[in-house]
Amino acid sequence: MTTTVKETGTLNGFDSTTRSIVSLTDTVVEIVSDAGEGAQKAGQSFATISAKMGNGIWTVEIIPADIQPPPRNAAGASGIRIRVGSKSVTNMGDKIDLIVAFNEQSLLGRLAQANFDPNCRIILENKWRTHPDPSIVEDYTKVYDQLVEEGYNVYEIPLEELCAEHVSNPKLGKNMYVLGMLCYLYSRDLGLAEKQVAEAFRHKSQKIIDNNLILLNAGYTWAQGNLDFRYDIPALDSDVDRIVTNGNQALALGIMASGMEMCAMYPITPATSVSHFLAEVFENVGGMVHQSEDEIAACAVAIGSSYAGKCAVTVTSGPGMSLKTELLGLATMAEIPLVLVNVQRGGPSTGLPTKVEQGDLLATIFSTHGDAPKVVMAAATIEDCFYSILTARKLAETFRMPVMVLSDANLATGQQPYPRPVFSQDWVAPPIDQRPLAEGSIPYDWDPRTGLSKRIIPGQKGGTFTVTGLAHTPDGKVAYGPMENQKSMEYRSRKLAALQQSLKTPEVTGDEEGDLLVLGWGSTKGAIDEAVARLRKEGLSVSSLHLRFLQPMASGIGDIMKRFKRVISVELNYADEPDGDIITEENRRYSNLALLLRARYLVDVQTFGTVFGQPLRPRVVEERIRQELAKINVTA
Amino acid sequence: MFGVNETQTVDYSQEYYSLEDYQSSTPRWCSGCGDNAILTAVQRLCRDEQIPPEKAVFVSGIGCSSRFPHYMGTYGFHSLHGRALPIAQGVKLRRPDLKVFVNMGDGDCCSIGTAHWIHAIRYNMNMTAIVHDNEIYGMTKKQASPTTPMGIVTNTTPKGTYMEPLNMLSATLGISNVSFVANAVEWIPEVLYEVIRQAYLHQGFSFVRVVQRCPHFLPNIFDPFLRNPDAIQILTNPGATPMSDSLKSVYKNVVENNPADINQARELSMQKDVMPVGILYQATGVPCYDELRRAPRVVSMEMRKKALEDQFNRFAVNAG
Repeated sequence: MTTTVKETGTLNGFDSTTRSIVSLTDTVVEIVSDAGEGAQKAGQSFATISAKMGNGIWTVEIIPADIQPPPRNAAGASGIRIRVGSKSVTNMGDKIDLIVAFNEQSLLGRLAQANFDPNCRIILENKWRTHPDPSIVEDYTKVYDQLVEEGYNVYEIPLEELCAEHVSNPKLGKNMYVLGMLCYLYSRDLGLAEKQVAEAFRHKSQKIIDNNLILLNAGYTWAQGNLDFRYDIPALDSDVDRIVTNGNQALALGIMASGMEMCAMYPITPATSVSHFLAEVFENVGGMVHQSEDEIAACAVAIGSSYAGKCAVTVTSGPGMSLKTELLGLATMAEIPLVLVNVQRGGPSTGLPTKVEQGDLLATIFSTHGDAPKVVMAAATIEDCFYSILTARKLAETFRMPVMVLSDANLATGQQPYPRPVFSQDWVAPPIDQRPLAEGSIPYDWDPRTGLSKRIIPGQKGGTFTVTGLAHTPDGKVAYGPMENQKSMEYRSRKLAALQQSLKTPEVTGDEEGDLLVLGWGSTKGAIDEAVARLRKEGLSVSSLHLRFLQPMASGIGDIMKRFKRVISVELNYADEPDGDIITEENRRYSNLALLLRARYLVDVQTFGTVFGQPLRPRVVEERIRQELAKINVTA
Repeated sequence: MFGVNETQTVDYSQEYYSLEDYQSSTPRWCSGCGDNAILTAVQRLCRDEQIPPEKAVFVSGIGCSSRFPHYMGTYGFHSLHGRALPIAQGVKLRRPDLKVFVNMGDGDCCSIGTAHWIHAIRYNMNMTAIVHDNEIYGMTKKQASPTTPMGIVTNTTPKGTYMEPLNMLSATLGISNVSFVANAVEWIPEVLYEVIRQAYLHQGFSFVRVVQRCPHFLPNIFDPFLRNPDAIQILTNPGATPMSDSLKSVYKNVVENNPADINQARELSMQKDVMPVGILYQATGVPCYDELRRAPRVVSMEMRKKALEDQFNRFAVNAG
């Protein structure tokens, strides 16, 4: 069915008062445009409004790598995907139910990459149909005809023309008009929407805020008078206060809350927005954001600050982490606390700067020359981004070592509501004891069992010593004897064992034993859990296990794996498929986590690793699980 | 407030620090190495200024000269090749109470850490940086450094170095916010001490290049200056300690310099065959990044809580 709205903007004989509202429990909406047309602002606002109404949400930004890619370009499409549910939403979902496109080429880009529900409604700007350039008209008509032929519900709308009725520059305001339309179509609270628009433009003039409010209301009214469908997504009441943030905001809040006082960074996508947020507010808690001349300097400044008693964080993404690795070795060797956040993107090299990948796990664990034990954690949810930082800072100071927190592009820009953190003084570590030291105090007074030692901070009387990246003795002197290096390496390693003994075994989702166990880490948790839940409903014997500590790994993981007939890791990093050309058991390359698990537990862990640059969809996991289950039945 | 208690005060008035308080292990530098003279000058400075040993931090990179902190009785940080400056910045940014010194070699400063050098000048943070310039890589056994003169045979340039050396003085004088540039030679301890003292007293980033002999790999490279005192151009300025009579009797090439004149400083730094020794340039009132970024107030737990709750409110979705 196709409904074409006439250019006058009215739908034939349409009476909005009698229209029925279809109630949904879960839906996926996308807005796509050329870069710079504000699709993301509209979509993030729509998501925030929904979250404030109590809905579960998940957003994924569709970001081109360039600031201004050529217009009307399928590969340069910019946009956003919003999944809204009655209950908590943990991933981007599968199929698009409604998409708004500012031009047909952006839409083509999505058609090539994303799954459209057969009943997907497409709202399409139709100014291209009458464009002076005949080639544009031809392109537009071709795509339009194709969509109609494929049976989609296409609503052609003179979006820019409609906006021009209200503002002098309609190009800039289309996004808020669309937000208004969506608010009507999904029965969103218009009052909340108005507040959200004012918040989104809070750095702009009142005139700009007013214009956007006019457009919001105009879009809402127009949809009411001209579109023949309407939904609601009733939210299940929640009895807890929540906050809704994206992952980078959660990281920034965590840094604020952790008591760290220095965030040294260098701009890099997709990590930078952590610092944007912090730069505005960090001074309120006595912190500073320092933008260094390069990634290496950022890490060095953090180490300097931390050495001087003010624990520091450096926030980066893959390429930046590569540059910092020599300094990570220094922090390990010199036993200086450091928190490093790696908001992963596609690699190697410049890779996929704006896209999703979990490719840095091994690079993070083994990131420097020599044996350099450090803690590696991965946030699985947006809420985790907040709490991981609190934990990381404490571990860094207690164990005197770098703690790496992995996030990724999926968490970075995705929004999700979660329980509002309740402030605790424990988040902030107590002041470091700065009293003069007893005679004979030494900087590396290693406990022979745990490798732990008490820090000495510059300024402390009686503690003067020289930190060095050279192998050193307990009193901080350069080590020249063979046993000195052997022992100090052992102590630094022993700290991980000590931490490992304090970690809780992660909980299995589903039965504790069965046919298939799906292992994951990081942002894929939501998609894996959803796939597993669906299949369990069908009665299939599948469970999942998600790891937050990757180095060290909690005890009990090996035992859990051994209780399943087959084990597979699902990860967003590259792996050879076992049936690939010239791939044999001897040359097959496994995904990051699978390799670690195989090495540590001697379990034949299978792997499903993909690098499409997209967040994981539950349906994809589901299909793979079915295939793996089938293999068990064949071999059994 | 989390972290270090900066308000802690200790009464040092009864304590007098002697040279021994600034000494640590016996230096393992070669005999005749110019680094020894720099160490002596710096230990003297600490004693004369009565810097509490625990309040001084010497940060170094990698190379012979970067062993420096190990021989000081203060806090020290022997870091990575080229990275001394940003580590020192991290210390200074959050601990303004500490006196920060940086010791680098010519490879540290002008090769692997060049980006940090340029930016350290621009940050103009309160610290004293000493470049031990022996015009060669010593620790790795005689490779060309950016400051090695043209035509010198080294292990990586068996036919002689190909390029003119990098002039770190004129380069430094070309960077925005430069506020203190001096040149010294380790074999004139009187001027070396005076230059380091002025550098220490300077408000902002003091850049001191010390020309330093490597007796092992380039024993004769500075002979033209050692054999001919007239090739050494002593810079005096109105604020400096007057030259001793013995110094005057050897070094006749004395120039009255106005350190506020950057054009004159640049001209002095670009001379061939004559080496200026003393303060080339000094500016007052250049903004210091560490002061611009100093935390405006001590944050109480209540303030911390409020700041966080304000942010949570921004993102709040209330129950119901």
